Amino acid sequence: MSKSEGAEVVLRLDRISKSFGALKANDSVSLTLRRGEVVALLGENGAGKTTLMNILFGHYVADDGEVEVFGQPLPPGNPRAALAAGVGMVHQHFTLAGNLTVLENIRLGTEHLWARRHPDARGKVERLSRDFGLSVHPDAKVCRLSVGERQRVEILKALYRDARILILDEPTAVLTPQESEALFATLRKATGLGLSVIFISHKLHEVMAIADRCIVLRHGRVVGEVDTHATDKGALAAMMVGGELSLPRAEARAPGKVLMQLDSVTTPDHGAVPGLKQVSLALRAGQITGLAGVSGNGQAALAEVIAGLALPSAGTLSLHDARITDWSPRVALSNGVGRIPEDRHHQGSIGDFDLTENAVLEAYRTRFSRRGWMNWRAARAFAQEIIAGYDVRCPGPETRIRLLSGGNMQKLILGRAMASGPDIILANQPVRGLDVGAIAYVQGQLIAARDRGAAVLLISEDLDEIMGLSDVIHVISQGRLSPGFARGSMSAADLGLWMAGQKFEGADAA
Amino acid sequence: MRLEPIANPTAARRLGLPVLAIAATMLIAMVLALIAGANPFAVLGQIARGALGSKLAILETLNRATPLIFTGLAVAVAFRAKLWNIGAEAQLYAGAILTVVLGTGALGAPLVLPLSALAAMLAGAALLLGPVLLKTRLGVDEVVTTLLLNFIMLLFVSYLLEGPMKDPMGMGWPKSPALIPEARLPRIVDGLRLHWGFALAILAAIVVWVIQTRTALGFEIRAVGQNPEAARFAGMPVNVVLIKTALLSGGLAALAGWSQVAGLKGHLSLDLSPGFGYTGIIVAMLALLHPLGVVVTAIFVAGIFVGSDAMSRAAGVPTYIADMLMATALLCMVLAILLTKFRVVRG
Amino acid sequence: MTEIIDILISASFWAAVIRIASPLILATMGELICERAGVLNLGIEGIIVIGAFTGWMAVYQGMPLWGGVAVAMLAGMLFGLLHSTLTVPFGLSQHVVGLGVTLFATAAASFAYRLMLPEVTSPPKIQPFQPLDIPVLSDLPWLGQALFSQTALTWAAFAVAGIVAFTLYRTPLGLAVRAVGENPAAVEAQGLSVTGLRMGAVMVGSGLMAVGGAFLTLSAFSSFFFEMVNGRGWICIALVVFGAWKPGKAVLGAILFAAFDALQIRLQQTSMGAVLPYQLFLALPFILSILALILMSRRAEVPAALMVPYNKGER
Repeated sequence: MSKSEGAEVVLRLDRISKSFGALKANDSVSLTLRRGEVVALLGENGAGKTTLMNILFGHYVADDGEVEVFGQPLPPGNPRAALAAGVGMVHQHFTLAGNLTVLENIRLGTEHLWARRHPDARGKVERLSRDFGLSVHPDAKVCRLSVGERQRVEILKALYRDARILILDEPTAVLTPQESEALFATLRKATGLGLSVIFISHKLHEVMAIADRCIVLRHGRVVGEVDTHATDKGALAAMMVGGELSLPRAEARAPGKVLMQLDSVTTPDHGAVPGLKQVSLALRAGQITGLAGVSGNGQAALAEVIAGLALPSAGTLSLHDARITDWSPRVALSNGVGRIPEDRHHQGSIGDFDLTENAVLEAYRTRFSRRGWMNWRAARAFAQEIIAGYDVRCPGPETRIRLLSGGNMQKLILGRAMASGPDIILANQPVRGLDVGAIAYVQGQLIAARDRGAAVLLISEDLDEIMGLSDVIHVISQGRLSPGFARGSMSAADLGLWMAGQKFEGADAA
Repeated sequence: MRLEPIANPTAARRLGLPVLAIAATMLIAMVLALIAGANPFAVLGQIARGALGSKLAILETLNRATPLIFTGLAVAVAFRAKLWNIGAEAQLYAGAILTVVLGTGALGAPLVLPLSALAAMLAGAALLLGPVLLKTRLGVDEVVTTLLLNFIMLLFVSYLLEGPMKDPMGMGWPKSPALIPEARLPRIVDGLRLHWGFALAILAAIVVWVIQTRTALGFEIRAVGQNPEAARFAGMPVNVVLIKTALLSGGLAALAGWSQVAGLKGHLSLDLSPGFGYTGIIVAMLALLHPLGVVVTAIFVAGIFVGSDAMSRAAGVPTYIADMLMATALLCMVLAILLTKFRVVRG
Repeated sequence: MTEIIDILISASFWAAVIRIASPLILATMGELICERAGVLNLGIEGIIVIGAFTGWMAVYQGMPLWGGVAVAMLAGMLFGLLHSTLTVPFGLSQHVVGLGVTLFATAAASFAYRLMLPEVTSPPKIQPFQPLDIPVLSDLPWLGQALFSQTALTWAAFAVAGIVAFTLYRTPLGLAVRAVGENPAAVEAQGLSVTGLRMGAVMVGSGLMAVGGAFLTLSAFSSFFFEMVNGRGWICIALVVFGAWKPGKAVLGAILFAAFDALQIRLQQTSMGAVLPYQLFLALPFILSILALILMSRRAEVPAALMVPYNKGER
C-alpha cells in the first residue's frame, strides 16, 4: 500500500502518444500522480521518459492524449501554462543563463515583461533556500557555480513559482552519491510539505530509495506499474529491458606493462572548469582503468591530453617508454591510440557526411589517399568492413550518419577507432545515451580489446559502469587524481567521498 | 512551430522547392514591373531577349558572367569551409592592380600573361590571409574585417589612380595606363567579343570541383566547414585548412580582376567591378556552393543584369530591378533549400 | 602638432563629433539589441539605407520631419521582420540572410528612388532638422556651441542609448533579452517565447538602425544620394564588439570613433593633408574599426548563443 493512496490526484496523463518521424516515442502512455507522492519514471535510454515529460511541460505537443493538472486540462505546447498550473521541471541539461546571477535566473519570466514594480524576490529565494536546504548565493553568477549548485538553482526556480508538482529528469546523473542523498533529503522535505514529485531515472537503487511508486516505460509504452516496497531491483530490471539481458562483467586479469604514462601532468583551468593538477597515471596493457568522478572535474582535460588535442602545460607524457614532445591527434593515432570521444555528435562524427566519409575521418591521409588524391573505392570498402564487423544497422555506406541511432553511430565510431588495432584505447563516456543492447555490445568490445592486450581508459560518470568494468579505478575531483584502487576494494560510498573531494583534503593533510 | 528533419526527401521536394524559389523571384519581378507602370510580361520578355536574344546579347552575357564565375567560385570555396569571405570585391581589385603593374611593360611576352595571373592570385590570397589569421589566432569575425577591407581597397585604388598609377594620357580621368598588347587575353574566336577569360573561368570551376570531390584537401575543407570540432578531433589541422581555403578563395577572386583587366578593359579604373564581389555571394548561394553549378548560376545572374539593362532602356523600369531580383532569389533559395531538408511541424 | 591641438579645442570640432556620432549611436544600439538577443544582423547596412531613403522620401512628399522618422522606423522594422522570420523560426544562416537583406534593402531604395525621380541629376533637398536653441545652455561660452547646439534627433539618439541601457539592465524585458542571447533554453523553460523575444528584438533593433539612416537625410544632410551610407553599418557592427555588447561602452566607442572621423576631415585641410593622400584619411574609419576588433578580440564577453539558432524540437 502506498502511503499516499487515496490522496488527491494532482496530475493525470491520459493516453499520450507522440511520434518523431517513424519513431513512436510515446505510445498511449497514462499516468497519475497524487499529492505528496514520489513517482519514479523508470526506463532505459530511449524509452520515452523525457519525451513524456517534455509533453507535460509543453515543450512538445502530443499527437494524441490529454494532460490534466489539479483536475483542469492543460493546454498543449505551452510551458507558460504548465508553469502557471504549478508544474516545475528540472531538466537533465540545465536551462540556466550563465551570464546572469542566480536571482536573475530565478526571476526570469516570473514578472510581466513590462512590469515596473518588482516583488521581493530575494527574500523569497532566501526563505526557500532555508526551508528546503538549498544553499546558494543569490548574487553569484551562474557560470561560476558548480554542477550541484546549478541543480539547486533549478529546483529553486520551480519552488519560487510555487510549483506543486516537481519533475526531475535524471537529476543524479551529475551528482556524487552524497550530493544525491542531500537531493533526496530536499525531495522528502518537499513531499512532506505536500508537493508531488516525478523522478526520472534509470538507476534502480535510487528509484528504490526515493520513490513510492514506480512506472516502467519500454519502447514508449508503460510496461509496468508497481509499489516500490512490493518489488525488488531484479524484477524492475527485467521489466525495464524486457527480459534477462545482463551486461558484460569483466573478469580480473593480470596487468601487463605500462603503455602510456602521465607524470605530474598539469593543464590550465578554463573558467570554472578545472584543468589537471599534478596528475600521474599509468595505463597498463591488458587492463581497463576506470576514471570515476562528477562531470566537470577535469575528465575533459585528461581526455584531451590522451586524445592528442592538448599538451600538458607541465609534467610529462610517455608512450611506450618514450617521452612525447610532439603531440597531436595524428601523432596519437599513428602511435596506436584509439579514441572514442565523449560527444559522438559534435566530436565523433559529421552529421551530414555519409558513413564512408565518417569512417575515414581519421585515416584519410594515411590509408585512403595518395599524394593528396582520395581513394574513395578503398574508403567505401573500409566503411563496409566496419558496418559488417561491428553490426552497424544502416541502409548502406552512403547513408548520412545523422540518420543513424545513437547506438549505431557509436558502433561506427568504435569500429573506426578499433580498425587500426590500437593498443591504447580512450573510451570517454562510451555508452552514454545508448540502449541496453548497444551498451552490452560496446562494453563487450572494450573487454575484448583488453583481453587482446590493449590498455583501456574508461571515463564515465556512471559509477555502476565504472565498478562493473574496471580492473583499477581512479577518482578525479577538481582536477586531482586519486590513487588507483583495485577491483572490488572500494564501495560506491567510499568512491563517493573521493568524488566529493573530501578524501583529497584528508590525503593533503596527512 | 518546429523544424523536423526529413530522413529521405523526395525528388519532388528536392527539385520542386528550388523551382518554386525561382518562380517566386519571377513573380516579384512582375510585381515590381507593375509598380513601375510597365507590362509585367513584356518586362520579363525584354529581360530574356536582352540577355539571350541575339549573338551579341549572348556574348555580352557570357562576358559579364566571366568575373562572376571567378568570384562565385571564390565564395563557394570559402563558404564550404564556413569561412565567410565577403571580401571578394577587394581581392578582385588586388588582382587587377597586380595585373596592371606587371602588364604595362614590366614584363614582356610570353611570360606576362601567366605571371600576371599568378601574381594576381598571390595578391588576392595575401589580402584574405590577414582576416583569416585574425580569425584563427584571435577569433576576430572575418565577415566584418573582409567587408571593411573592401572599402579600404577601393580608397587605395582611388589613391593609385590619382597618384602612382595615374595614366598621363588619361586627361584627368582616374584610370591607369593601358596594358601592352602581349598582356591582353586574346579572344576565343576572332571577331567575336568573348575573351579566353571565360574559358579559363570554366576550367577553374572544373579544377575546384575536382579538388573538392577527389582530394584530401577537399575532404578536409568540407569536414572543417561541416563540423570543425569533429575535424579537429579526427586530427585535421583545422587552422591550416582554413588558411589553405583562404588562399584558394582569395586567388580565385583575384582572377576575376585579372580577367576583367586583361580580357576586357585593358586598364584599371574605379568602375572595374560594379559589385562583382558581392554578386559572387549570390551566384555561389544559388549554386548551392557547387563549383560546376556556379558556372550555370553566374551565366543566369549575368543574363539578368544584361537583360535588365536592355529592358530598362526600352521599358523605363530602373535597372536596379536586377539587384532586387538577385537579393530576392538569394533569400528565396536559402529558404527553399532549408525546406528540402526540414519540414515545419506544429509543437 | 599645434594644428591638431587647435582642432581639438575648437567648439565646432566637438559639435561635429556629436553630430557624426548620433547616427552611429542609433544604429549601434539597434545592432546591440539584436546581438544581445542572439541574432547577428548583417542587414544593418541596407536597413540604414532604407531608413535614409524612406525618411527623406516621406518628408519630400510633404510629411513633417518627425513623420519621416516614424516612416523610417516602420520601414526598418519591416526589414527586421523579414530578417528575423528567416533567421529565428527558420534558423537560416544569419550571415547569408543578413547580407541578403542588405542587398535587397539597398537595391529597393535605389529602385524606388529612380522610380520616383527618374530624371533628376542633382538630388533634391528638404528642409532638415534645425539645431535646438536651449535657453541658457546654448548661450554658454564654448560649451554652448560644442554640445548644446544640436538637433532634436541628436538628443533623441542619446536618449535612445539611455533607454536601451535602462531596459536591458533594469527591466524584466531586458533580463529576458539578455537571457535569450545567452541560453534560449533557459528562456523557454521559464515560459517565455524564444521566437517572440528574438523577433521582437530584431525588429526594434532594425527600427533603430533605420532611424540612424533617417538621421543622415533629415538632420546631417538634406538630401538622399546613393552610397551615402558607405559602410557605416559595418562600422556599427565593429562598435558593438568594441563596446563589449554594453550600451554605455558602445556609446563611448561611437563618440571616440566620431572624433577620429571629424579629426580626419579637418586634418585634410591642414599641412598634413597637403602631404598625405586624402584617401588615407577617408580610410581611417575603416582601419580604426579593424583595429578596434583586434583590440577587443580577447576580452569581450560574447553572448553565448549569438548566431546559434534555436529549434526547440532539436534532439
